Amino acid sequence: MISRREFLQATAAAGLITSASGLGPLGRAAAQQRITQADITRFDNLGTVTILHITDVHAQLLPLYFREPSVNLGVGEVKGMPPHLTDEEFRKHFSIAAGTPDAYALTSDDFVQLARNYGRMGGMDRIATLIKSVRAERGDDKVLLLDGGDTWQGSWTSLQTKGQDMVDVQTALKIDAMASHWEFTYGADRVQEIVKSAPFAFLAQNVRSLEWQEPVFEARKMFERGGAKIAVIGQALPRTAVANPRWMFPDWEFGIREDDIRKQAEEARAEGADVVVLLSHNGFDVDRKLASRVKGIDVILTAHTHDAMPGVVREGETIIIASGSHGKFLSRLDLEVKAKKVTGFRYKLMPVFSDAIAQDSDMKALVEKIRAPFEKDLSRELATTESLLYRRGNFNGTFDDLICKAMLEERDAEISLSPGFRWGGTLVPGDAITFDALANATAMTYPNCYRNTMSGEQLRLVLEDVADNIFHPDPYFQGGGDMVRVGGLGYSIDVSKPINQRISNLVELKSGKALDPKRDYVVAGWGSIAQNVEGPPIWDVVEKYLARVKTVRLEPNTSVKVTGA
Amino acid sequence: MQTQASKRQFLRTAGIAAVAAIIAPRMAGASPADVAAEIKKLYGDKKIESGRIKLDVPQIAENGLVVPINVEVESPMTAADYVRSVHVFAEKNPLPGVISYKFTPEAGKAAASTRMRLAGTQDIVVVAEMSTGQIFSTRAEVKVTIGGCGG
Repeated sequence: MISRREFLQATAAAGLITSASGLGPLGRAAAQQRITQADITRFDNLGTVTILHITDVHAQLLPLYFREPSVNLGVGEVKGMPPHLTDEEFRKHFSIAAGTPDAYALTSDDFVQLARNYGRMGGMDRIATLIKSVRAERGDDKVLLLDGGDTWQGSWTSLQTKGQDMVDVQTALKIDAMASHWEFTYGADRVQEIVKSAPFAFLAQNVRSLEWQEPVFEARKMFERGGAKIAVIGQALPRTAVANPRWMFPDWEFGIREDDIRKQAEEARAEGADVVVLLSHNGFDVDRKLASRVKGIDVILTAHTHDAMPGVVREGETIIIASGSHGKFLSRLDLEVKAKKVTGFRYKLMPVFSDAIAQDSDMKALVEKIRAPFEKDLSRELATTESLLYRRGNFNGTFDDLICKAMLEERDAEISLSPGFRWGGTLVPGDAITFDALANATAMTYPNCYRNTMSGEQLRLVLEDVADNIFHPDPYFQGGGDMVRVGGLGYSIDVSKPINQRISNLVELKSGKALDPKRDYVVAGWGSIAQNVEGPPIWDVVEKYLARVKTVRLEPNTSVKVTGA
Repeated sequence: MQTQASKRQFLRTAGIAAVAAIIAPRMAGASPADVAAEIKKLYGDKKIESGRIKLDVPQIAENGLVVPINVEVESPMTAADYVRSVHVFAEKNPLPGVISYKFTPEAGKAAASTRMRLAGTQDIVVVAEMSTGQIFSTRAEVKVTIGGCGG
């Protein structure tokens, strides 16, 4: 417990950063106090333009728990810089007191206790309330609502409707434009089908037809808000064709295409843009590097890495904003534009505390309508957890430990591999594990749980390859998600080393013996990007396991030893 | 009983070698020294300068079998001063020579694009010879990854 004096000092500091940025005003709601909707929406208007940003919702219609990472390492130049700060360091950097709503929303320690105090976050009906409130206060003509992508995937209803549920939600929220990544895992035809009929813009300057290098989607769009011309350039995840199954969109090529972004920004200015915004799904470190190399972008709304930051990061003249994930936050950025230039800004990361924010009745009805046909599956209780189940973090999460254990047992494997996805909700001890919750951690279009053999050397190469996708010191060489999760296998990793030198001390946990590079091991895994993968969907494998064990209790996972951080 | 039932199911649905299939066997590749030797064979001990060459390759190949490459060399392309040839090498491919282009002033512009196969993560080296006798070179790393685990 912190003393009242400490608390007030911390809040005063938080109040200071609010002038330019920050969650500040919420700091006033101490641990025991109630947070109100007014606390969350309170904002000192600036200028004539308001940009609202939401991203990486991963199809979460309802409020949920989502524990932020306790391990989020930066390497090379970004080591120890935001967003690569967690817990105490994070709170210190942003002047947030422990135990406050801000601490609960943004850091991971003491999560279970704080989750019980402050409740679930997110929910599309609450998001709708916040958006309507800002539009009412500012006037529709001043507000631009942008969605960073990873919106159509991550739940049972989104999988069953091929993203239609979220398209209906986006339409109801009246989003103006979106970026993309997991959207592509519904396949090229489905994406085109939605894009052709959607009332919002699907912007992706960096997707080209493989053969002729022609743009596949609209690259940018000009909006007029509050008398200012705002050019929004869209950027899909540059590594989509590497991180996800390329066979689902075989004729498309991605990449960062930095020169093309530069051209887009120049063209936008030539067309009279007062403000240039990059609606990006690059990931934070890539966007920061991009901002240092491409001039003329006023605002980057970043995504992909799920970072939530209560303040902006400035890189040269560019403002970078990171709005979290799963509907936990809605960002508001007010811009003052004078003589075709951004002359001032004010920012707030609005935390979506579901107990504090009223439910928008239209959206509530839409969500109920979307879920109704699937309610029987969604509400099915598979087991109860006595442990905190979460995923997000660079190495292992307990939800992944559960999935890895289920694969080892149900697929009779020696070693299991689970992809380092960043999406999927958190369950607190005592929660029922419903099919809904399981689907939130597994629902995707290539779920087959394969079973095959790999040599010890192949396993090491896989770990090295994935580690390089996260810990390459140049962000432009980084790939998809977090480190692949392992079951039945322990290893050491030195994140400061180059590829092929990071992984060592591979151990088969069951025997306690060093992994034999030449021996073949039986491996189960899911989320393979290869085509025609055989095996049951992963949710079936986990459901069978849960039906058998009834109660989940996990020991802390100490099988991955990290150095060089 | 549960375990036995599950076991039968594995046999029915035994997965293909999904991950293993995408790990390329280690081929006997060239080395950076081999490429340096090739360049020396072409130009002897002539001074190699940096600049003039714009090399576009992806940082991460989306498909190692067809990696796009675009090379452009700055030059007036007049009879007195033009780009004579451009050589592209992949340092760790089994055969490091990727392609060689010859230009004449009539080309107007010394630019070329193609696709190449890469055996793994490696540096691409481009050497350009000018009609004036000057030699320029540049390099860029292309990562060829197993992929997966997409955020």
